[in-house]
Amino acid sequence: MSNGPDWEQFGKDEWAAQEEARLGEAEAAGRLSFRLRRAWKGVDSRLKMLAALAVASMVPLLVHNSYLLRVAGLTGLYIMLSLGLNVVAGFAGLLDLGYVAFYGLGAYTYALLASPQFHQHWPFWLILPLVILVTALFGRLLGSPSLRLRGDYLAIVTLGFGQIASLLFLNLDRVSLPFLHLDRPLNITGGPNGIINVDDIRILGHTVETVSGYYYLILIFVALVFLVVFHLDRSRIGRAWRAIREDELAAQSMGVDVRRLKLLAFSAGAAIAGTAGVLFAAWQGAVFPSNFDVSILIILYSMVVLGGVGSIWGAVSGALILSVLPELLRSPEVARLIFYGALILAVLGLWRRARMRGLALLGSVGVLGIALKVTLTALRPAWFLQPELKVSVARSTFAPLMKALNWWMLFPRESRGVGNAAFVLALFLLLGVLRLKGTARYVLLVPGLYTLAFVWETRLVEEPSVTRMLIFGALLVLTMNYRPQGLFGERWVQKL
Amino acid sequence: MPLLEMRGLTKRFGGLTAVNDLDLRVEPGEIVSLIGPNGAGKTTLFNLITGLYPPDGGDVVFEGQSLGGLQPHQITARGIARTFQTLRIFTNMTVLENVMVAQHSRSRAGAAETILRLPSFRREEARIRQKAAEALSFFGTRLVGFRFDQLAYSLSYANRRRLEIARAMAAEPKLLLLDEPTAGMNPHETLEMTRMIGQLRDQKGYTILFIEHDMKVVQGVSDRVVALDHGCKIAEGSYEEVAHNERVIEAYLGRRRGGER
Repeated sequence: MSNGPDWEQFGKDEWAAQEEARLGEAEAAGRLSFRLRRAWKGVDSRLKMLAALAVASMVPLLVHNSYLLRVAGLTGLYIMLSLGLNVVAGFAGLLDLGYVAFYGLGAYTYALLASPQFHQHWPFWLILPLVILVTALFGRLLGSPSLRLRGDYLAIVTLGFGQIASLLFLNLDRVSLPFLHLDRPLNITGGPNGIINVDDIRILGHTVETVSGYYYLILIFVALVFLVVFHLDRSRIGRAWRAIREDELAAQSMGVDVRRLKLLAFSAGAAIAGTAGVLFAAWQGAVFPSNFDVSILIILYSMVVLGGVGSIWGAVSGALILSVLPELLRSPEVARLIFYGALILAVLGLWRRARMRGLALLGSVGVLGIALKVTLTALRPAWFLQPELKVSVARSTFAPLMKALNWWMLFPRESRGVGNAAFVLALFLLLGVLRLKGTARYVLLVPGLYTLAFVWETRLVEEPSVTRMLIFGALLVLTMNYRPQGLFGERWVQKL
Repeated sequence: MPLLEMRGLTKRFGGLTAVNDLDLRVEPGEIVSLIGPNGAGKTTLFNLITGLYPPDGGDVVFEGQSLGGLQPHQITARGIARTFQTLRIFTNMTVLENVMVAQHSRSRAGAAETILRLPSFRREEARIRQKAAEALSFFGTRLVGFRFDQLAYSLSYANRRRLEIARAMAAEPKLLLLDEPTAGMNPHETLEMTRMIGQLRDQKGYTILFIEHDMKVVQGVSDRVVALDHGCKIAEGSYEEVAHNERVIEAYLGRRRGGER
């Protein structure tokens, strides 16, 4: 672009010229996260997809427990759903809180057309396109009045739509129609009892019945949906969606038909959710209104946010983590392993520049525990239990951990009351840790961590359902603190 | 036939008439600059041309056809692209993607082609990428190479201005509307931008209508200067004519003491 002698220096960018050197520096500094990110980005996406697919298709060969396989299948459905939600909320930036309605719509449509409810037994290959069509249409219907709404306002309207849908599922069991003179009110959705005895899926004369059969079917659909979303993302459509999310007015001025593309996002998301609904209905063999309530919506949004809004791999990993983790936490032994592992890793991570201090902290917590255990059990043996290992645990790989725990942790006889008191104490100790600085913080951490572990052992392990939710929340809060953009998301800048 | 013609264009915001019965013509290949004090209606005029506001009266005619009732994206497709005074780049998208978006109206791959990755889609995608890279390479080494994959928020202010112009170029317009292209730039960058505006016409063949406050830039590059005040055209002609026009000086500096009113 240079023409003329005084013009030489223009149009050149020194910063650009130094790019290679800067990258080298970052590499030399050797931050693990930087290296991981580079390695991840270096691998071709198709290769990553194939690898993920290969691993996923091995699951039924490795897992013989049908319960675990069910969890895997459900994870697949969640991956599909969060991929679809990622299109609407992630790519196009439309805060759609009515998303679960389409999941329900797909499931109920399949259930109505393939169950004894109306004595209809349509084949799967006929229902699926129909469901895709119907849900996409309803997606448009929801989208069109919402076109002028943004952010919170859109969220309210779509939430209302979602609530209407779930109320309809619940109440369309006594419908009176004019002019038809029915003997009794029409029962469409079965109300709270749902629709049962839904047909299994038949494809090419073959009926899918087993858990592993459904797992593979879901896997195929997950792969297809992934491919669809992946291709949409990297195209003029995906770019236009993201442009709308970033700046609707500028997108419009650059030739993007905002109206059309918003509706496309709504219907694409809805169709994906509808497809997942069909698979869910057939697999479960029944549909109930409670399968499609707000709690599912919250879980789905957590998945997308944890993985990184707008990132496809993020949606996949978020769904994977948030549906597998709660299941892992079901067994107290595994839950313990995760809890103590996370605690130790957190301490080592926070003191990674002064490793000895971190180790000293862990050592002091250990010493404190053993000292407390020895003195208190000697003074007041009646207050404490000396739990025996369960046979199943004693034989498993967890035995050493549990034995070590018995040396270190106090198990009070009256675990409930003491545990509750310790919970309050732990809160104050940790608050103190957050408020204090320097040595005081370091010293306070020792009893703080021990009390935390004590609360964990006395209360949380006893009530896994509460614990799982707490860990869920803690995980989300921590991730959002350290990586607000989610695991795979790009950093988000709201304003320049 | 003029490329762009405004006939009696009027826009009112409540009691304020932002653009008042304005007639303006832009001939093909011209560089016309719009000047005027703050609130003169310059940006409103741009918003009227690009369809962001519907006019309250009058008409905008582009290549002999009225733009009345067209959506902004349809007007872009007709061949008018703009930049914004307050930068409106797509912050969380890469530099290359920012520019590729502007090819939207010049491409037509639908959902089916996209999902199936048909050859037609691949060809079009390659073309879009090439057009975008071409537009960015107009600014030398500033926005090319590794910059392609950088997120737009990492750019400096001047580079964001350049990115906006590149984005407008990628829409393949006949008429380019630049809203204060040198705002916030240092003198060095302003000089460069002045030169760039000339090159946009000479090398790329765009007709340019631009809003500018920096009189050096206006003087350096415009074929014709139009001065606005309170939504009315108060002067039109060469830089010399307009710069020495009594009413223009008055609009900027106020009336001499002892005048009427």
